[in-house]
Amino acid sequence: MSHQRVIANDARTPSPRQSIVAGIDVGGTFTDLVLFDATSGRVRLAKTPTTLDNQAFGVVNALEAAEADIAALDLIVHGTTTTTNAVLERNLCKTGLITTMGFRDVLELGRRTRPNAYGMKGEFRPIIPRDLRVEVPERLDARGNVITPLDEEALRSAIRQLVDLDCEALVIHFLHAYANPAHEIRAGEVASEIWPNGNITLGHALLSESREYERGVTAAVNASVQPLLRRYVERLADTLAARGYKHDVLVMNGNGGMVSARHVAKEAAKTVMSGPASGVMAAAFTGRRAGMPNLITYDMGGTSTDVALIRDAEPTVSNEIEVEYAMPIHVPMVDVRTVGAGGGSIARITAAGLLQVGPESAGATPGPICYGRGGTKPTISDANLLLGRLNPSRLNSVPGGMTIDHIKAIFQAELGDRLGLDAIQAADAVVRVANARMSDAVRMVSVSLGEDPRDFALFAFGGAGPLHAAAIARELGIPKVLAPSRPGITNALGCVVADLRHDFVQTVNRPLASADIEAVYAIFARQSADGRELIGKEAVTIREIREIRTVDMQFIGQTHLLRVAVPDAMPTREDLQRRFEEAYFARFHVELPEIRANLVNVNTSVIGRRDEIDLSALIDASGRKATLDEARTGSRPVWFGRWIDAPVYWRDHLPLVAAIAGPAIIEQMDTTILIEPGDVAQQDRDGNIIITIGSAA
Amino acid sequence: MSIDPITLSVIQSGLQQVCDEMDLSFSRAAFSPVIAEANDRSDGIYSAVDGSLIAQGSSGLPVFVGVMQYSTRVLIEMIAAGKAAAPQPGDIYIVNDPYLGGTHLMDVRFAMPVYRAGQIFCWLSNTGHWPDTGGAVPGGFSASATSVEQEGLRLPPVRLFKQGVLDPEIYAIICSNIRVADQRIGDVKAQAAALLVGEKRLVRLLDRYGDDTVTEAIAELRRRANQQMRANIRLIPDGTYTSVAYVDSDGVVNEPLEIRLAITARGGELSFDFSGSSKPCRGPMNSVLATTLSSVYLAMRHIFPDVPISAGAFEPLTVIRPEGTFLDAQYPRPVSGCAAEVSQRIAEAVFSALVEALPDRVTASPAGSSGNFALGGYDPERGQNFVMYQISGGGYGGNADHDGLANGCSTIGISKAPPVEIMEQQYPVLYHRYALREGSGGAGKHRGGFGLDYEIELRRGEATASFVMDHGRFGPPGALGGSDGAPNQVTLTRNGIPMTPDHLSKAQDIPLKPGDRVRVQTPGGGGYGHPFTRQPEAVAEDVRLSRYSISDAKTMFGVALKPDGSVDAEGTKALRAEAEAA
Repeated sequence: MSHQRVIANDARTPSPRQSIVAGIDVGGTFTDLVLFDATSGRVRLAKTPTTLDNQAFGVVNALEAAEADIAALDLIVHGTTTTTNAVLERNLCKTGLITTMGFRDVLELGRRTRPNAYGMKGEFRPIIPRDLRVEVPERLDARGNVITPLDEEALRSAIRQLVDLDCEALVIHFLHAYANPAHEIRAGEVASEIWPNGNITLGHALLSESREYERGVTAAVNASVQPLLRRYVERLADTLAARGYKHDVLVMNGNGGMVSARHVAKEAAKTVMSGPASGVMAAAFTGRRAGMPNLITYDMGGTSTDVALIRDAEPTVSNEIEVEYAMPIHVPMVDVRTVGAGGGSIARITAAGLLQVGPESAGATPGPICYGRGGTKPTISDANLLLGRLNPSRLNSVPGGMTIDHIKAIFQAELGDRLGLDAIQAADAVVRVANARMSDAVRMVSVSLGEDPRDFALFAFGGAGPLHAAAIARELGIPKVLAPSRPGITNALGCVVADLRHDFVQTVNRPLASADIEAVYAIFARQSADGRELIGKEAVTIREIREIRTVDMQFIGQTHLLRVAVPDAMPTREDLQRRFEEAYFARFHVELPEIRANLVNVNTSVIGRRDEIDLSALIDASGRKATLDEARTGSRPVWFGRWIDAPVYWRDHLPLVAAIAGPAIIEQMDTTILIEPGDVAQQDRDGNIIITIGSAA
Repeated sequence: MSIDPITLSVIQSGLQQVCDEMDLSFSRAAFSPVIAEANDRSDGIYSAVDGSLIAQGSSGLPVFVGVMQYSTRVLIEMIAAGKAAAPQPGDIYIVNDPYLGGTHLMDVRFAMPVYRAGQIFCWLSNTGHWPDTGGAVPGGFSASATSVEQEGLRLPPVRLFKQGVLDPEIYAIICSNIRVADQRIGDVKAQAAALLVGEKRLVRLLDRYGDDTVTEAIAELRRRANQQMRANIRLIPDGTYTSVAYVDSDGVVNEPLEIRLAITARGGELSFDFSGSSKPCRGPMNSVLATTLSSVYLAMRHIFPDVPISAGAFEPLTVIRPEGTFLDAQYPRPVSGCAAEVSQRIAEAVFSALVEALPDRVTASPAGSSGNFALGGYDPERGQNFVMYQISGGGYGGNADHDGLANGCSTIGISKAPPVEIMEQQYPVLYHRYALREGSGGAGKHRGGFGLDYEIELRRGEATASFVMDHGRFGPPGALGGSDGAPNQVTLTRNGIPMTPDHLSKAQDIPLKPGDRVRVQTPGGGGYGHPFTRQPEAVAEDVRLSRYSISDAKTMFGVALKPDGSVDAEGTKALRAEAEAA
């Protein structure tokens, strides 16, 4: 079957020094490319439309747009939305499930709540429909003892039944397989004799933990995107090979690491949500070089805003992400939270007469009024335009002869008249309410991860991020905002700088006092060895290997876990107890000397760092002017409670050493940065703009 | 109005944030799995004057909508009357008395005054479901209790924390009256810490905008919530709407309890009259007044989910005090069933009364039970006693937009059911089935959702089974011509002989031996609209997925199917015409 051909690429070896590296990220609208050439020190960028039916065309287009010599590339790292889109839009392959007698409805019943706390309506569509879920006699108990042996006759007939129903992928998911996978493994062997292709996922393979719904959905997602991803990476590899590319393509995973296209499809579910993960990886890398290792990322796009937390240059990774209502995919993923508003979020007056921004969005079509595509509802982007924060000359290039007066009239009628404000005041209100909402949301993400936002810098990217970041930082008491050189291609940059990463979790679940501490050392050692072995197999040169050791602990009787960093691979029992108590107090301000602690999981992330990349090349140094004045393109009135004439600069022209006191606007191809009164912007050696937030607006 | 609309929006979101952070803090630090996993808790901000609700955390358990404003009001009144100790900064009161604005004993409430310039600015309060508060049975749900003393330890409002310090004497009294006391210190500290988190955030908000501005904003938000609720109520044509809902029995006397409800809509206000409902009952299916009010509010919030929860939203709703009925129980009536079951029947009565007036918003009746099944016993392999709780969902009602959800959680909760694998790890049981209950959804144009069908076997040792469920006698009612969902069914198979409990959905301490089985089939949701108007293709699809049988299609929906499973248009037409003629 199809995947065999990809595996045939196995013989390819990394070039001894990977000098020319391309990162290519396929997004919903654009395919972005960043190409670093270490020999010439040059960087090339490209942005081409995404080709939805076959993303590989867009990838090649992007390489051609960047005038890349494909045959000379040493490494291509690729982020694809193939699986993410398939899951979110439910364009899944027809997949069958074979499961324990009595339990075929687990995937439909779930651990059901309802989609909204209030409102007794709601719908839920199981990931595999009922007629494709077949039961066979077999049963283990919770310790893995066989209660009913696997009925292989029934199994064979179940497999044939699903083949006859034209299923393209198969999931075998038995109760308690995490405790004893023997039945699943045997069933997998039988299935591979019958099943027409290699698309078989065993329930315990991706996630060997109890909780039949979560494990089952994770396996079902994997199976039902696997054929899609397999076909896609194969097509991509062929396309690139036909153009002379000689090496492995690496594909981004949702944990911010990457794996060879040769085996990415085996654990296809791990690529879900890899796009946002790459953006966070780029932020972590940029922040580390900038000496700002603790970041909250703020990625504000057209329809939504994504927020993630980076501690000590490592993104927060979670194994318990629910990508939408009742769809848990329990593989390690960078914990990126979508918090609602984006530039296209619509402002309206509620029945209570209150101004509300979002959650409805004008999306890309019709989009904000200022896009001139027929949008008629006031949005955040329109408000930014009315207030002079976005460049009004943009309107010249939109269809339909859209004017500022037209947008003003809508703000007046839809919002101003009902609030007793003029159109400009109404636009200001929209931005202020949106900023307040987003600050609250950012704070909630930070607090739920146990962190005070004031200990972080805000990393602003996405088209609209750098317009709002300073106000949000001020609201939250965040001292600095970092706007990277190329906020619009952050995900592609993430592909270039991302690490190789493998995450291991081993459940111990013993009271710390009676846990076998030697066994803990052995787990750490084995996880380290396994990770290093996997990294060694990848066709990528590694500069250093880093390990992050943690344990998940709780007080006995609790259900929630607290993750505690363990720098030493051989910690003493007292050491673990002390670290847990300290972390617990820092988080909850509660001391519980009365209660003993439980050691639940022992975890290691093994991270292979790639060669350092010089980000300063992202903005061509030769384009920079000698003085600030020369970088200035003009000025325009911007509303800060009153109209203030603010200077406007072109970012690529800014001299590296310069301080810009707000109010000011910095424009560049992919974003607009707003420096508010009282704030000061400076650049670091990589060309990042660091905004120091003043005390008051 | 002098406060500008932007500041108003920002303060509204700020107050909400204070409550949401309290919710988060409480759940994450709590020990009780009912709080930590099932979010059986709530946090809010209450007026210093009368305890009225200012804001409430958005992830709080729905049944607590509005409840704490009554307990806070009672506390303020008791302090004024000298019946409770006067507060000092840093004090935290503890109270779980159901008759003082509460629910059942297991819902333990903390309340803390927030001071500004030496005066109480407002109260912060939270409530959390403790796994045990003493009483006859572990967990507190005694299906056969006849007085509150049998249900557990009852605490009047006393200051558990005095100026920030836990009073070890009061705590010692509590600990010597409850089970698994050694872990409760974790919940106590978590519950108190949540209030302190809230205070810190609230003070920041007050410092930022000024006490006067926030006070003004609170008043304005209350006024606007009131207006918004009135605007919604005006969607209901003026008039009186009635309904009857039944609780299977009180667990002691095997007769149904009636909730008679007449809702009168007039000029943007609703009044709720429960007169004629059953008298207070002997068993624990009584409701206290605060829970009855709260049940009405939560039903209205299910109908109009966009109105923010604050006292203003409740002002246009008048509940005539149902004195002399089981919905206004007085000491010492047992009340353990009020929060979990009676509250859902009250909500159902509201839905049933209003579904014809608001057919686009209100659904046919949902399963409306928490499905409490408790198994307590001794596990010889571990050498210890155990108490296992299985809660479960049921079908939701069909509605104007679509079919009802299968296996939805209780109307008053948002809890996830426990995984089978975890249950089998922890208790000596084996599940034989955890399945969709086929055929259980009430027929309708949009059918009800399906209930759950599970069966467990006791593997070793000995145990007793107790049930606090409902809708065993009558299924959840259909609406607008839809049929009722299937009723709850409990079947115990002991020594190979199947039996059904006398009270159908309620029983206490039925002894089980290894090999004995308990099967529970939870209710399906009520159907919405006449079943013979259902799209025949939708019926064929349900049959293809084995949700209904071919004969169900014919009798329940008037749809004939061809041997290949597709719709027999002619046959269907004939069946439906025949029914119309009849």
